[in-house]
Amino acid sequence: MIPEIGQFTLALALAVASVQASLPLVGAIRGYDSWMGLAKPAARIQFLLVFSAFLILVHAFVSNDFSVAYVAQNSNTALPTAYRVSAVWGAHEGSLLLWIVILAGWTYAVTLFDSQLPRSFAALVLSVMGIVSVGFLSFLMFTSNPFARLLPAAADGGDLNPLLQDPGLIIHPPMLYVGYVGSSVAFGFAIAALIEGRITAQAARWIRPWAVGSWIFLTIGIALGSWWAYYELGWGGWWFWDPVENASFMPWLLGTALIHSLAVTEKRGTFKNWTVLLALATFALSLLGTFLVRSGVLTSVHAFATDPGRGIFVLVLLAIMIGGSFVLYAWRGPSTFSGGTFEPVSREVFLLLNSTLLAVATATVLLGTLYPLILEALGLGKISVGPPYFNVVFGAVMLPLIGLLGIGQFSRWKSDSIRRLLVRLRYAFIATVATAGCAAVALGGQHAMSAAIGIGFGIWVFVTTIFGIVERCRHREHVWYTLFHLPRAFVGQCIAHIGFGCTVIGVVITSFYTIDEHQSLAPGDRALVSDYEFHFVGLSSFDGPNYRVTEGTFDIRRDGQLVATLKPQKRLYVVRNMPMTEAGISPGFTRDLYVALGEPLEDGAWSVRMHLKPFIRWIWLGAILMALGGFMAMFDPRLRSPVTLRSEQSATSPVSD
Amino acid sequence: MRYAIPIGVFVLLIAVLAVGLRLDPRYVPSPLIDKSVPEFSLPALRNGETSVSSSHLRNRPRLLNVWASWCVACRVEHPLLLSLAKTGQVDIVGLNYKDERADALAWLARHGDPYAQIVYDVEGRLGLDLGVYGVPETFIIDKNGIIRHKQVGPLNNDTLNQVILPMLSELASEP
Repeated sequence: MIPEIGQFTLALALAVASVQASLPLVGAIRGYDSWMGLAKPAARIQFLLVFSAFLILVHAFVSNDFSVAYVAQNSNTALPTAYRVSAVWGAHEGSLLLWIVILAGWTYAVTLFDSQLPRSFAALVLSVMGIVSVGFLSFLMFTSNPFARLLPAAADGGDLNPLLQDPGLIIHPPMLYVGYVGSSVAFGFAIAALIEGRITAQAARWIRPWAVGSWIFLTIGIALGSWWAYYELGWGGWWFWDPVENASFMPWLLGTALIHSLAVTEKRGTFKNWTVLLALATFALSLLGTFLVRSGVLTSVHAFATDPGRGIFVLVLLAIMIGGSFVLYAWRGPSTFSGGTFEPVSREVFLLLNSTLLAVATATVLLGTLYPLILEALGLGKISVGPPYFNVVFGAVMLPLIGLLGIGQFSRWKSDSIRRLLVRLRYAFIATVATAGCAAVALGGQHAMSAAIGIGFGIWVFVTTIFGIVERCRHREHVWYTLFHLPRAFVGQCIAHIGFGCTVIGVVITSFYTIDEHQSLAPGDRALVSDYEFHFVGLSSFDGPNYRVTEGTFDIRRDGQLVATLKPQKRLYVVRNMPMTEAGISPGFTRDLYVALGEPLEDGAWSVRMHLKPFIRWIWLGAILMALGGFMAMFDPRLRSPVTLRSEQSATSPVSD
Repeated sequence: MRYAIPIGVFVLLIAVLAVGLRLDPRYVPSPLIDKSVPEFSLPALRNGETSVSSSHLRNRPRLLNVWASWCVACRVEHPLLLSLAKTGQVDIVGLNYKDERADALAWLARHGDPYAQIVYDVEGRLGLDLGVYGVPETFIIDKNGIIRHKQVGPLNNDTLNQVILPMLSELASEP
């Protein structure tokens, strides 16, 4: 009975979403005030309905209701309760429902913070988000009903995919979805701007925290996914350029471009067309990501549940929503975007160049991801595009981007001169080269030169950030007061850039200096990895809640001193008869020690993977800093204050944020 | 004009994706296609005293369906197999994969038994030789014991009517 209530709730939600999608839209265009007024209550009711449906599905999982087909396929009585809850989004139907709940949640949030917006503009934003919701609710109802019954009920369930039985996977998908779906707010903003035919400084200011908010969640989600792959997949990699990883990475890249371009649009009133295009494309790529994951059009380690019939549905949704918005862009764009001029050397231009480079990087990832599909569609055979392509092409775009980032965050709005920049950045450049040179000597090895160049780019970001802070404070009367009262948005920007530098350095050092050993070891054996001695002490076996464990114990010594004791596990998940690897990791600021058990060999020996991964934590540390920086900027009180014309002021201050 | 570029790019993208959708990503060119079924001799499920071997898969085209009582997806395709067996068009040989005999028999008693013969592969050895990586899987085997097609995942009306049945009638007309 309860699952049927869930289904009924979803049907009601679809009806309410249809109201939200249509009447306020017409009302805003025609100026019917009462029709616009429907947007807010409809959005709120819709949220309550889909959230109730979600709770009902959670209830079905927690209470082991195996008469619901989706529960029977993805849960099991032996599954711990926390995983029963996360199993809700362990496969297609539930993750789609989660997607919709999050969309409704963002919409609800918009209804709480729309007081700065003109009434018609707010109604348009909510209405566009309602259209997206109608699309996805129909997708859920007509192709992927999570409440479908299985009669007769199964005695026990088929269990959650063991790959997903992990704390990282409890929060990774929701984080990613919050990020993906959050881009719908910026999408609604862009469509509303195109319909109204103008972008006011007020609207541009209003959208900034939303764009940053969704970007923060995407950052955390991607970092969590990478961290999860690192410790759970057992081969020590942290990024695989897998189609599904790329699907989350592309909206992140474009979202990064968007938040930077938005800064220009808000402060200087230019690049409006580019900002709107980025907002549309970021959401397009979020939908494309959903399509790639859900349709099974690309094979991927993530394709847990795929179905071409559903793929057609998402493709049609994509064609209508994104196609429609691009048509609107082509039609209304030329008349919407006017005003705003810029000088060839100015902070605007550096931001434009960098957001263009980010868009190019996105295009290269998109091309690499779809290339196998394009070839197959043209009948040219099955190929796969691997990390070599992505590393080379992506790296080639990132290097100029980092170089420009350093100059850009140092430059002035409106107008600057190359000569001033060269003079000011001289010392930053010297400091960067000197530090990178020292790093090369310290690291040594055959890759020292390439590594030093890579690290140099990371350090360049650090140094220019610090110089930027100094530049901002030094001409002021009260240097220390200024330093401690910098605008929050500026502090956020600096933290995020430092985080980006950390990630760059982490990636470079990990790529060049990782040491992998793959040996067959029996209990009692020792192996040397660089100057660490791995001692395989012994094996033990025990039972987990729904799996059997074989656990190895490794003592790791350096110069005779015990550094760490690691306990890598091999788990056999009983219901699906699937073996899983849990790596033993000793994390550190400058290096990780990593042991994973491979397969048992003859005579009690095991194949064992041992890695020494220097600076790998910096990759995720950087992501945390980027998210933190975004968080600071998002809550800058000035983004909430009424708009004043600030362009005069920013032209006279030496470095503005 | 430049405002129309995005929609142009997008249309191309949709075209590629639409074509891509019609390709089957799960179609992995199996190395076993057009090869003989691996040699095997395993006990039958219903009567453990007798055995089934690869030489039994000759003289007529057959379906080889890999299933297990623990497999939820097998229940989805099971009604299709039952109705296919009822038409008598083709013998369906079951490969009971990594299962307990009692569980498997109880499952058949409850859901119906479409199989002409059932191989009991408790250790999954034949499954390994066949490259089974998920249950259910279905193979089409011609009268010379050659594997002609492999379907990964549960059968549905589309795959049955558009792939399996046409292929079987083609095989039936082969000399």
